[in-house]
Amino acid sequence: MIVGLDVGGTHTDVVVLQGKEIVRKVKVLTDEEDLLKTVCFGVFQAIQGLEVKSIERVVVSTTLATNAIVQEKIEPVGVLVASGPGINPWAYVIGDHYYPVRGAIDHRGIELASINDSEILEIGKELSYKNIHNLALVSKFSVRNPSLEFKMRDLLADNFQSVTLGHKLSGHLNFGRRIATAYLNAAVTQISRKFYNAAKGCIEKEGIQVPLEILKADGGTMAQEVTEQYAVETILSGPAASVMGTLTFADRTKEEVVLDIGGTTTDIAILVDGVPLLKPLGIRMGGFNTLVRGLRTFSLGVGGDSWVRLEGGELKVGPERKGRALAYGGPEPTPTDALVALGLGQGGQKQRAIEGIRRLAERMGESLEEAAEKVVSKTCALILETVNALVERVNQQPVYTIHELLKGRQINPSGLIVIGGPAKELAPRLESMSGWQARVPPNYDVANAIGAAIARTTCEVTVLANTNRRHVIAPEEGYVDTIDWRATKKEVIRIAFDLLRKKALRLGAHEENLEMELLEDNEFRMVQGFYPVGRNIRVRAQVKPGLIYPYSEAGA
Amino acid sequence: MKAKRKTGLVLFPAFDWAISETHPEREERLLYTQDQIFEEGILDIEGLLEFNPSLASTKEVGRVHFCVPKAESVVTESHYISAGGCITVAEAVLEGKVDCGFALVRPPGHHAMRVVHGARGFCNINNEAIMIEQMRQVHGVDRVAIVDTDCHHGDGTQNIYWHDPDTLFISMHQDGNTLYPGSGFPREMGGPNALGTTVNIPLPPRTSEEGFLYVMDRVVLPILEEFKPEIIINSAGQDNHYSDPITAMNFCAQGYAKLTDKLKPHIAVLEGGYSIEGALPYVNVGIILALAGIDYSWVREPDYDPEEVEQTEEVRGSIIRTCDFLFEEREKCGQKREKYLEGKEFVERSKTVFYDTDNIIEEQKEVIRVCRECAGVLKIDSYADTKNHLLGIRIPRKSCKTCQEIGRKWFEEGNVARFNLVCLQDGVNDEYYVKRK
Ligand SMILES: [Zn+2]
Ligand SMILES: [Zn+2]
Repeated sequence: MIVGLDVGGTHTDVVVLQGKEIVRKVKVLTDEEDLLKTVCFGVFQAIQGLEVKSIERVVVSTTLATNAIVQEKIEPVGVLVASGPGINPWAYVIGDHYYPVRGAIDHRGIELASINDSEILEIGKELSYKNIHNLALVSKFSVRNPSLEFKMRDLLADNFQSVTLGHKLSGHLNFGRRIATAYLNAAVTQISRKFYNAAKGCIEKEGIQVPLEILKADGGTMAQEVTEQYAVETILSGPAASVMGTLTFADRTKEEVVLDIGGTTTDIAILVDGVPLLKPLGIRMGGFNTLVRGLRTFSLGVGGDSWVRLEGGELKVGPERKGRALAYGGPEPTPTDALVALGLGQGGQKQRAIEGIRRLAERMGESLEEAAEKVVSKTCALILETVNALVERVNQQPVYTIHELLKGRQINPSGLIVIGGPAKELAPRLESMSGWQARVPPNYDVANAIGAAIARTTCEVTVLANTNRRHVIAPEEGYVDTIDWRATKKEVIRIAFDLLRKKALRLGAHEENLEMELLEDNEFRMVQGFYPVGRNIRVRAQVKPGLIYPYSEAGA
Repeated sequence: MKAKRKTGLVLFPAFDWAISETHPEREERLLYTQDQIFEEGILDIEGLLEFNPSLASTKEVGRVHFCVPKAESVVTESHYISAGGCITVAEAVLEGKVDCGFALVRPPGHHAMRVVHGARGFCNINNEAIMIEQMRQVHGVDRVAIVDTDCHHGDGTQNIYWHDPDTLFISMHQDGNTLYPGSGFPREMGGPNALGTTVNIPLPPRTSEEGFLYVMDRVVLPILEEFKPEIIINSAGQDNHYSDPITAMNFCAQGYAKLTDKLKPHIAVLEGGYSIEGALPYVNVGIILALAGIDYSWVREPDYDPEEVEQTEEVRGSIIRTCDFLFEEREKCGQKREKYLEGKEFVERSKTVFYDTDNIIEEQKEVIRVCRECAGVLKIDSYADTKNHLLGIRIPRKSCKTCQEIGRKWFEEGNVARFNLVCLQDGVNDEYYVKRK
């Protein structure tokens, strides 16, 4: 059996799966003030009366880190930044304890200026004096050579409780994002460590002895033991959970769009051959661009509870939400009420909804049905417009080779997978308006918890080889080796997959779920003074976001 | 971080294209620049927009060039993308999506002349000219200035705009006596109908930041002020850098950023620059920040030593003398123009063009009509050792009736038995006509 739990803003959903069967489906209220209690209680409720020995896996998706960041309940962090020449390092200032320091690495990974030990030690003293226990240490181009970050760590680590090194979090180039990512990671490390240790303790108390896994923003999982290194990756796992929950239902040969229509928002994601698209560099969180791998989801301020009104004679839906739908005791008409008025929605106080829509209809000078129709059409039109804009943006993503520019794959969706409260009622309308087949998966109300339950462990590695300097490195993984001057791209790819496998296993993956792929494999002939001197090879590989076996099998 | 000026960027390193195995114009050329741009997080700056390049069309190429024997034989996909990238940036500026932009594209184009038999100076087609004519024919732009800061004389661009009084072409470059292509002297000031709209400032080897900025203040900015262009274009070659392997100048990344800041071009277009590890990453970041109006004071090369590249007294004196001479010569333009108007209706000039990249020699005879009302109709008789013989006729965009009639007559009379290719660029109707054997 597998337990999946997803903490939402108001409800927390838990499912227990036995093969393809859902044996339990539980909804508990989320207590924002005590998420630990929510998680433990949710798991406890779900496994009541089940044989705990047959539980093989527990995955939770929480709002812990997201809330801490959004509500600014994070811990203070000392940020030391070795920038060297380039953009003024003060442009990246983050938090209240930010220190540009001496030291520089260039794009080749050559150390141009070392750090100044006494400067670093001085800052360390100052931070200790200010009672700051977390550090983020970042240098420009540390993903080419992490030596400056290591040197700073060696000088300071003893006096701090958590130390985040920029190059450990991502292999991508982007100094500003690296600083922000390291800062956020350091700011939630201790909160996460405490929380997940406690959560692990509480499931153990229930007699569950399997490792606890945590869902990440990219729709993959990682073992609880490593969350303290990668705490920031647990942000925004909620939207990812829902998307992953639809994958068993996705067509693996097509491009499809997932719509999660909630009360306030509709979250939109794109699937290509059954695999969700990721953000090119990383997600945005708390006003910062990061290097945190995340699904390319977009949140539109239109949902079942969006405020419907006339503005200057024009019908408006959202983005504001005034409360629940009239049918559920809310103050203003909503798309949900329009569905009820059309006889489509079930439950609630039908009469209140009808009255609300009728008042709107009178002002529009139309019949009740016409007005309700218009509200529903407007809602769907807003969603579809955003889908089209998102697809357009994906298709315009920058490319850097002639081949990609002329022959690059263009996304052309042919289907919609709709989940969330009003999914059933809106799907036919979305289908007729878009011309794309719209489907609603069974158990769409707990897709999020299912997604958490069956998501696989994901990760990424970047490997760089320079046959002129005869070295091959993967700084994220602490990997440095020599390479033959005749080495080819094939060899570097093999090293990348090897490192990727090891990393995935360390993060809790099982061998049967290691669906690996190349994200980038470039090879450049290097020339110096009109003579070829070797090759610069760059390979990036990932374990694809997807489902664990046997859910990953088609038709599962 | 936020840009003071909204800035568009086309970054197209063409990682799958090279002239040949070890040629400087190769796949790797913008690799480290891209690394630096990515690492600096330039693309995350608010107000900095990245666009994919479009592909220029053969029609757009035909507005500028006579491709011999036809476009497909001298223009490849990479060239269409490079020119298309410039058009993408220009259109983003004209449509108001951005205030300015930078086309970081390759291959370069400023050595490509009106007639194209092949590649010269690593260039096949002139990216800037194709972009400018698109701005004119489709977007109604008229007066344009090009400031070419590549280390080599922009002889291709000069050739294309030699007779155009609406295009100001200013080139500052390493003295032609010491560097390819060997042209670009102060006396080269434009054809009979466009005297003074070509400006050449040859600089001595080892000119530094001081010298470049001096020329900007003393020559470039005042002449621009006087010309009043609607659009300023910078042919932003980066081979004036002290570390460039094929030139002898002492310019630096800070200097390039300051120059950009002074010039404030609407559109910058990458030209040459082959110090791909030590210069380009820093120079390009400097140019982008300066365009966007972001603090560039921290941008410099890791090995930059101001003392090592300091300008000598001798270099300083030579630059001042060149500028003095240039202004003296410019004084004479009015008088020269009068002489032309009093003289023959048609003026001829002949020259030999060597296509160093493709190893072709072209013999060219050019005839321009001295006209009071327009830029004058132009006829080019071009014979290359590839045995291709072109008669190219150009009716300028704002041509007078007489020049139009002459141009059409020349085209009709063009004998395909003698020339294997007769072409007419009709700038008035924006059409391109071809006759072949
Ligand atoms: Zn050049
Ligand atoms: Zn005329």
